[in-house]
Amino acid sequence: MLRLLQIEFIKLWNNNASKVLIVSYFVLILCMALIAAIKFDIGPIQFHVAEQGIFNFPYIWHLNTWIASGLKLFFAIVIVSMMANEYSNKTLKQNLIDGLSKKEFIASKFLTVFAFSVVSTLFVFIVSLVLGLFYSDFTEVSIIFSDLEYLLAYFIKLLGFFSFCLFLGILVKRSAFALGFLIIWFAIENLGIRFLVWWLAGKEASASVMKFLPLESMSNLIKEPASRFKAVQSMVEQVGEQFNKDYAVHFYEILIVACWTAIFIYLSYALLKRRDL
Amino acid sequence: METILTVNHLTKKYGYLTAVKDLSFSIEKGNVYGILGPNGSGKSTTLGIVLNVVNRTAGDFSWFGGTISTHDALKRVGAIIERPNFYPYMTAIQNLKLVCKIKEVPQDKIEEKLEMVGLLERKNSKFSTYSLGMKQRLAIASALLNDPEILILDEPTNGLDPQGIHQIREIIKKIASEGTTILLASHLLDEVEKVCSHVIILRKGEKLYSGPVGEMLTSYGFFELKAVDGPALVTYLGNHPSFGPIKQENGLITAILKEEMTASSLNQDLFNNGIVLSHLVKRKESLEEQFLSLTNHKD
Repeated sequence: MLRLLQIEFIKLWNNNASKVLIVSYFVLILCMALIAAIKFDIGPIQFHVAEQGIFNFPYIWHLNTWIASGLKLFFAIVIVSMMANEYSNKTLKQNLIDGLSKKEFIASKFLTVFAFSVVSTLFVFIVSLVLGLFYSDFTEVSIIFSDLEYLLAYFIKLLGFFSFCLFLGILVKRSAFALGFLIIWFAIENLGIRFLVWWLAGKEASASVMKFLPLESMSNLIKEPASRFKAVQSMVEQVGEQFNKDYAVHFYEILIVACWTAIFIYLSYALLKRRDL
Repeated sequence: METILTVNHLTKKYGYLTAVKDLSFSIEKGNVYGILGPNGSGKSTTLGIVLNVVNRTAGDFSWFGGTISTHDALKRVGAIIERPNFYPYMTAIQNLKLVCKIKEVPQDKIEEKLEMVGLLERKNSKFSTYSLGMKQRLAIASALLNDPEILILDEPTNGLDPQGIHQIREIIKKIASEGTTILLASHLLDEVEKVCSHVIILRKGEKLYSGPVGEMLTSYGFFELKAVDGPALVTYLGNHPSFGPIKQENGLITAILKEEMTASSLNQDLFNNGIVLSHLVKRKESLEEQFLSLTNHKD
């Protein structure tokens, strides 16, 4: 297993483009801390973002995982190109001739993606913990370590998304086209399937079908946190409205994404196995 | 003798096209094999199948007696297929380190192999900066990293300039002289003739011949003759029971033997019959002539 990871690491780390993208991905996560520095100072109105309670435990877990998962698209470029380049350089063929089995090849890619998801989750955990310790109004241990399921959801979300990218890389064989396909797929889910089912079977059927689609199920894992923020809620209450939204991470949602991950990895393997190189 | 590779009734179909048809042969340790055949005769497909990159339609093959899986067997094999494929952004050393990891062999032979193919001084250059000849030599170095029990080369001199071709051939000869089993696919006959002891001849995916180079045709060779009185010589040879067809080209008469005959006895006979020769050579068919004769016979 370590050997497979090392193989992939040699391929990735010697590629300057990948190296720059990987480093910048983690730097960008780190940049979440900069939100704390946002301050408006317009005469009588003083507004310091960090003091508005957005970094309160456990809310910070929700907020930061949500922001960080927005960066995953950035990392998708690395994943897609590490797969598609094996085709365009014909190194996939050479790897197999040198004695890597097709199973090991897929495993080395999946392990890499798994490792990146773990590292990224840890990174978000540490950045959030530090930010929280600085700015949170509550620092009791029991509060700090509540709602950690958002981190699990974040991890599953990354793993699922990256597996989808791997699969697209194998399917399309060209990185640019694979990324294009990703965008087209997003449109198919959100415009095509959503409205087709809506039109055929109504709004509720559409909503329940959407839950099971790959990209939508991934984005459902962590719901948008802005409307949960106290300042926003009190503002809405003043207007006389009320939010009744379910922000929790549900087990079945994690299961759906985990199933998609397994499907994508299996399909990648099946596709590779069937193809003549 | 130890068998390295056995291929049994292998068939590969691409849609309606049959690239390899019911092919069987085996590779024994210590020999140098050539797979000959015109372009599109199924050489690369056959190699692709045994190297785990092309799926077979029917039949099977086994490496080293079939006791280990194909990908583990390939760790004991060195192979170069068509173009050298490496990561263009990595240096020679980095690429070879990766190959060592895949083949699960120690990295201490990298320098030695680079030295052997004459790339040591360029070891830290990126692969993308190499010329085609250098890329091909790097591929050979990479295939030798595990001191393979068999080296498989598919058209190793394709697209190279004469100097590059010469370098590659020298390396192949050197490896062959060290006793490594080699399987060389080529359509260049002189290339095969120079290094191979055994040949497998393919045409349109079918095997025409496999065995030692010398036993390809049951032939007694032929004479190339010139005489002062050409027509008389042709008449004499035409009536002689030992000769098959007689060909004339630019005054050179070629007479193909149907049975064993020495050059000196022919010379004596002709002189006794009043025909004086100005040129007499007894030859065996070259691989090229044998190959063409084999591939044409079955048209």
